[in-house]
Amino acid sequence: MSSSASEPMTPAQRAIWAIVCLSILVIVVVRSFIGDGMGRVYVEPKPMDFVAEVTTSTENASESTTSWKQVSTVEFDAYVSANGYTNTISWTEYDQVPPRAYFAQEAAGGGSIVLSWPRTIGLWLAAFFTLAIFSFLYRDNPFYKFAESVVVGVSAGYWMVVGFWDTIVPNLLQRLMPVFSKDYLTPGMELPPGGFDPTNLVFLIPLVLGIMLVGRLLPKCGWLSLWPLAFIVGTMAGLRMVGYIESDILSQTKETVIPLYVQGENTSSNFMMIWSTIWASLAQILLVIGVLACLVYFFFSVEHKGAVGKTARVGIWYLMITFGAAFGFTVMGRIALLAARVEFLFDDWMWLIDPMQQREFISASVGLLF
Amino acid sequence: MIRMLENLDRRWIFLAMALCVSVPILVIGLTGVTFPETPTPLAEAFFDEVDRAGEANGRRANVLIALDYDPASAGELSPMSLSLVNQCAQKGHRMYFISLWPVGPQMIEESIDKVIKRFYPDLVYGQDYVNLGFKAGSEQVIKVMGIDLTTEFRTDVEGTMLSQIPMMEGITSLEDFDLIAEISAGYPGSKEWVLYAATQYDIPLVSGMTGVQAPQNYPYYPTQLKGLLGAIKGAAEYEFIVNDYVREARVRSILAANGIDEETSLGLSKQLDQISTWTTSAEAASMSPAAKAELIDVATGATPGEFLEGQRRMGPQLFAHLLMVLLIILGNLVFFAQRRRGGSA
Repeated sequence: MSSSASEPMTPAQRAIWAIVCLSILVIVVVRSFIGDGMGRVYVEPKPMDFVAEVTTSTENASESTTSWKQVSTVEFDAYVSANGYTNTISWTEYDQVPPRAYFAQEAAGGGSIVLSWPRTIGLWLAAFFTLAIFSFLYRDNPFYKFAESVVVGVSAGYWMVVGFWDTIVPNLLQRLMPVFSKDYLTPGMELPPGGFDPTNLVFLIPLVLGIMLVGRLLPKCGWLSLWPLAFIVGTMAGLRMVGYIESDILSQTKETVIPLYVQGENTSSNFMMIWSTIWASLAQILLVIGVLACLVYFFFSVEHKGAVGKTARVGIWYLMITFGAAFGFTVMGRIALLAARVEFLFDDWMWLIDPMQQREFISASVGLLF
Repeated sequence: MIRMLENLDRRWIFLAMALCVSVPILVIGLTGVTFPETPTPLAEAFFDEVDRAGEANGRRANVLIALDYDPASAGELSPMSLSLVNQCAQKGHRMYFISLWPVGPQMIEESIDKVIKRFYPDLVYGQDYVNLGFKAGSEQVIKVMGIDLTTEFRTDVEGTMLSQIPMMEGITSLEDFDLIAEISAGYPGSKEWVLYAATQYDIPLVSGMTGVQAPQNYPYYPTQLKGLLGAIKGAAEYEFIVNDYVREARVRSILAANGIDEETSLGLSKQLDQISTWTTSAEAASMSPAAKAELIDVATGATPGEFLEGQRRMGPQLFAHLLMVLLIILGNLVFFAQRRRGGSA
């Protein structure tokens, strides 16, 4: 029915698609000169100033604890002018604010809200990558290849960092080397009494198994990885077997053994009660028939002929309806994701719409265009 | 015509789909009008289960909120998360956020920033909500949490020890939660929570999920899954119920603050469409003009855009589905026409 995207396009098709791409470019350029522009992120700096409070123990004068108290900028400046920067920590946090707040500030004659270049560039990059991925619908191209490679690279890097900080540090290093971890990796952690818990030596086993798993990378030591793999497969098989038997077999069987007649809701109208009784009972009957018919369809020890064949046929119908529902749901899901990206382009990037009421000035001016 | 359809470049279909999605988004975005939603029993069950969490134990509910998705599915699932947090915050539940997906903590942060920090600034971190972050290990994390939660989660996402977080007092395992509310984009997700938490420990579980997952999770409703939100349609229905609930709850709290008894305020909050009538009648006679103005503002004010995401996305759904139906019919017409001519189908 359709020609492949890899096939050459006719001159007419090429002209039409060139017009479409050019139109998008023109809309973006024109849009950037209308009203207050587009695609900018504003932030408000928030100073975070802390002063150390040292409390000496009433029982032992040599023991003291340090806690950090957040103070206002005025208090912080007063403290610094009196004591210097010793025992102080300060940094600035930048909270994103809606463009509306920036425009209100400018109208009032200035304030602390400023344009954030890093976040604005990030927003334009997000828009570029969204369009680069969409461009694959036209045909494979360098923009798509670039975006695809960036996604793969960033994902791999992100997974590696997350794996180190969320798995290796808390599950291994904090248990086997708590003092080292507290000093160099996670200063907020609590040390066990005595600095080390001997029962944590059991974590040497996963350490050894983990090192053996890396053996796959060395051609002569590949066999070493078979043991940890066997451990993983065995553990997961056992874990899942119990879960599935309990949840998918026992509970689901129990839910299928149900009465075929269900008394409807007791309403004032007799007709409604009879109707709800018929409806509820029909649902139960259809459920039981569906389960039995699908089971018969997957029963291949008997040839699907006669009564068995007809029942299996009913099972196929049930399966087809299930696949249809699954397809419908999948379509709905994919369209929702597309809608979310288009909303991002129209709202955050192009400032064409304003569903979050972030830019009342702009949406009013753009609204006049439509 | 049939010849043209047979040779139609598929890129025309992509363009038609782009128009079907983008034009309704523009129109809805500029006019603010969304399609009306009629909640189904599944969405109502989800809402009711969250609403009555903790009632059986006669205490403020501890709700474990697992956001197991990433930005790739946020378009479908983020509306569910925002409405879930909105309902829990309005109801006064204690919220414990976790994620079994590496990018989940960002989704948690987004929900906290968009809902709690903006609309419920009085809620205190560590007392009303806590972010326990991501844990690697998929279903094994759930299994271990069922026995001893502190084995897996020793600190919150900022690195604060759980022993220093007030709302973690008395929380040792999954059984200390009154409800698990889970939003899932795949593995690990709804299925794993059903298998290792709801079934094994008999803890009430409600789940919102992507459209791809919904059909395989329907059999678990209503025993193992007490409520289910499937895809953006489920999100829009739930959003609709929660928005109504929050508006009514706020009206009731204003009435209560102005000395109106509970029974009267409950009745009045159900008649928000007639608020201009009953604010001038005997029931609200004791209220000051400023209180009445505030009441009318809450009852008739626009719903924040954050809580209409799902309903907004149902507009493009309608036109995209109509296009799909049309394409399926055209595809079949071409198929039968080819078969009639004796060509290969």
